[in-house]
Amino acid sequence: MKEILSGNEAIARGAYEAGVMVATAYPGTPSTEILENIIRYKEVDASWSPNEKVALEVAMGASFAGARTLVAMKHVGVNVAADPLFTLSYTGIKGGLVLVTADDPEMHSSQNEQDNRNYARFAKVPMLEPADSRECKEFTRLALELSEEYDTPVMLRTTTRISHSKSIVELDDRVSGLPVPALVSNAAKQVMLPTNAKVRHPLVEARMAKLAEKANSMAVNRMEMRDTTMGIITSGTCYQYVREVFPNVSTLKLGLVNPLPVSLIRDFAAKVDRLFVVEELDPCIEEQVKALGISVSGKDFLPLCGELSPGRIRAAFTAIGIGGEKASVPVGESSAPRLPGRPPNMCPGCPHRGVFYTLNKLKAYVTGDIGCYTLGFLPPLSAMETCVCMGASIGNATGAVKVVSEEEKRRVVAVIGDSTFFHSGVTGLMDMVYNNAPSTVIILDNRITAMTGRQDNPASGYTLMNETAHKVDIPLLCGALGVKHVRVVNPYDLEETRQALKEEMGRPETSVIITDKPCVLIKREGVFQRGPLCAVDVEKCTGCRACLGLGCPAIQWRPTEGKKGVSFIDPGLCTGCDVCRQLCKFDAIRRAQ
Amino acid sequence: MSDKVTNLLLVGVGGQGILLASEILSETFMLAGFDVKKSEIHGMSQRGGSVVSHVRYGREVFSPIVPEGEGDILFGFELMETCRYLPLLKPGGTVVANDLRIPPPSVLMGKENYPEGLADRISSEFPDFLLVDGQKLAMEAGNPRTANTALLGAVSRRLDVAEDYWLQALERMVPRKALEVNRKAFLLGRGL
Repeated sequence: MKEILSGNEAIARGAYEAGVMVATAYPGTPSTEILENIIRYKEVDASWSPNEKVALEVAMGASFAGARTLVAMKHVGVNVAADPLFTLSYTGIKGGLVLVTADDPEMHSSQNEQDNRNYARFAKVPMLEPADSRECKEFTRLALELSEEYDTPVMLRTTTRISHSKSIVELDDRVSGLPVPALVSNAAKQVMLPTNAKVRHPLVEARMAKLAEKANSMAVNRMEMRDTTMGIITSGTCYQYVREVFPNVSTLKLGLVNPLPVSLIRDFAAKVDRLFVVEELDPCIEEQVKALGISVSGKDFLPLCGELSPGRIRAAFTAIGIGGEKASVPVGESSAPRLPGRPPNMCPGCPHRGVFYTLNKLKAYVTGDIGCYTLGFLPPLSAMETCVCMGASIGNATGAVKVVSEEEKRRVVAVIGDSTFFHSGVTGLMDMVYNNAPSTVIILDNRITAMTGRQDNPASGYTLMNETAHKVDIPLLCGALGVKHVRVVNPYDLEETRQALKEEMGRPETSVIITDKPCVLIKREGVFQRGPLCAVDVEKCTGCRACLGLGCPAIQWRPTEGKKGVSFIDPGLCTGCDVCRQLCKFDAIRRAQ
Repeated sequence: MSDKVTNLLLVGVGGQGILLASEILSETFMLAGFDVKKSEIHGMSQRGGSVVSHVRYGREVFSPIVPEGEGDILFGFELMETCRYLPLLKPGGTVVANDLRIPPPSVLMGKENYPEGLADRISSEFPDFLLVDGQKLAMEAGNPRTANTALLGAVSRRLDVAEDYWLQALERMVPRKALEVNRKAFLLGRGL
């Protein structure tokens, strides 16, 4: 049967077909849909972990017991999972283990665009890179087979254009007859004391050398000879762009990007007049080809930053005098007048909005974190000074209050979401209390991992497989860490929020404020509830624009009505959060009866 | 089947249902026996940001994204977003756009005006331009939520794929209870 699948859906399918029993992940764009789709297959135990390190450790435990496992994360998630990954490379596996790293060149939804192909070389693990959904499915299975054959975790690297592109995939059945998992004692291989690890390291090197040899004959590394005046080594989505721009040029398409097939590369180089590498981000392949003493070019004219596209590749080649085989179309700024931008925005009724409005009014110095609430940086809320990585807000605040004046200390507030707090904020808060940093932490508890599309987390009360689960008691957790001042506020009550913030910011000790309103996008019944909608009384509206300071998408300025213009609230968008009404000094906003 | 790959771009505002529309298009092309690829960006853009989805079909498709300046059809769900992505179209390309204006944050806040004369701007550059009142067609079909399907009908007329495949794709992708009204909206759009 044929289906149109995204790369992520195809990876989920591939894992199912290959007999994967356990799948773990922390959500992160562009990887999230892998686990969301894997729950279709009842044979797979799928779960969200609080972070990527835990996800890999769980997968590792299942693998040691003999099960085939998949663990998925976005590129920056591998930084978090790097600690177990590097030593898992030494222990090897029992059941096949594939780690999917979904990279995000162009930073469509990320804070950096690190090239995780570097991790494969750094951790000395094989890496496969699929070029479409069909390969996503096939390579997932191949990764698990290689994993078992070479006793190593295998990384499967996608990029946003692979994860989120769809193409036609032929479906197969699930394999059967895999060994039944059980506890096996294999301590010398799995207890990485120095004495054992010293034995393992040479095995790692030997395994990679053996695989490098095998790489020359693997079907996923494919020489396609066409016109030989030019040859291009490429992989992943770049292969597709190269075929698009240069349909008649010879290509060496690499499916295994670590280790590289040295003999195959030498053969290919010898067959073409001019050799190029077309790869996104770092010159990973190019540098290794150069190290073989082969003359090749790539990053001397192709961009190091951002993703490639057919247009960018064509433009770069045209600039060095090599025309694409189709007429080059000028790409650039349209001569048409500039259009207003359309940046993303917090949803109407978002419980974060009033908090950032208040932080802005109190002139707080906000150390921010990763989530929807990072949008609090944008005008008109404009209340964020730092945002670096998951959990950094709390450490950033602790660091700032170590060095600034007593008066400035009171302005420092860390803001972090519930899911990000569980991911890597808890240890930061432990440090803040332990080292007695007088700062305030706001935990925006909206009961969900919202930015990536509403995934359940340890406080939402449900698992990925929709079973009910214990909800972490955040106030109790903060108390156990030693925070003496923990309070829960209603973020839709601006006065309550302002009062709490003022008091806690003034306190010379660590304090935590937890907001307790759920994300407006939660569909599970009874969690988010609309209030009576708000409406503007145009007779009373003076056009003071105070309500516009919230940047709520439901509130619209109508410049031609009233004396100076009036605000209008779109009843189709309003959720009845009531925050704008509290800002109106003229009682011009009323709630429906 | 010729080697020609047809390039469609669907553009609009996050939350408008662009992804579903591009799924229906892709399904149709697959049913009609073509190779098909589509690509879009999820994540941040869903929070009311600008969204673009690429759909390509033909005998064999390589890149999942439409090469810049090679779009055959720009399918706009919102007027300003339609204008924003005109540079992706080839000269002489086709534009089918919904006659709908969704103000962006700067306009909501009264800092900028929603640009005037967008439809004229589009038609002067791309004479093959159809402006569709999707909301009106949806009401005619009997459900205000079928505007996208009506627009899809209007786009379908400009593509060389038999009507039957479109209707089959709708049947596969639309929930059963909404199928009849969507079929009606599709045919109203297709009649334009």
